[in-house]
Amino acid sequence: MLLGKKVIALGERDGIPGEVIAECAKSAGAEIIFASTECFV
Amino acid sequence: MDLELQKRIKELADKNKQEKPIMIIGSADAEGAGIVAETVSIGDPSYAGPLTGVQLGLLVYHIIEPEVKKEINPQLYKEKVEIMEMVLDVESIIKEMREIREKGSG
Repeated sequence: MLLGKKVIALGERDGIPGEVIAECAKSAGAEIIFASTECFV
Repeated sequence: MDLELQKRIKELADKNKQEKPIMIIGSADAEGAGIVAETVSIGDPSYAGPLTGVQLGLLVYHIIEPEVKKEINPQLYKEKVEIMEMVLDVESIIKEMREIREKGSG
């Protein structure tokens, strides 16, 4: 599903950070086009 | 969802129309995950941001969903995500994400 796909990694400060999501998605072969960690409060 | 962020996501989706990006999120709860997923698939539910009435149709998954988890390097997942997964309401998040995907992506 993620291999070769463009991925937007949107993490949350109180959840899983964007950089971690990006790193994980990269390990699945995805191309990260944007990564950010937000605070949705 | 932050208005600047909505604008940024819209730009990214517009720029990558040929091959729609997949969004992977890491929200701490099902409600927050649902709002983000709804905003970038069906449109901004708060009717405040640039995605109001805009159906980007992005496919959104939470990182703890099995479809995503199974594709991640297991060692990396264990080191970086598993500890958070233990404190999240995984069942509610999965349910919420599936509902939004059924409603919104295309």
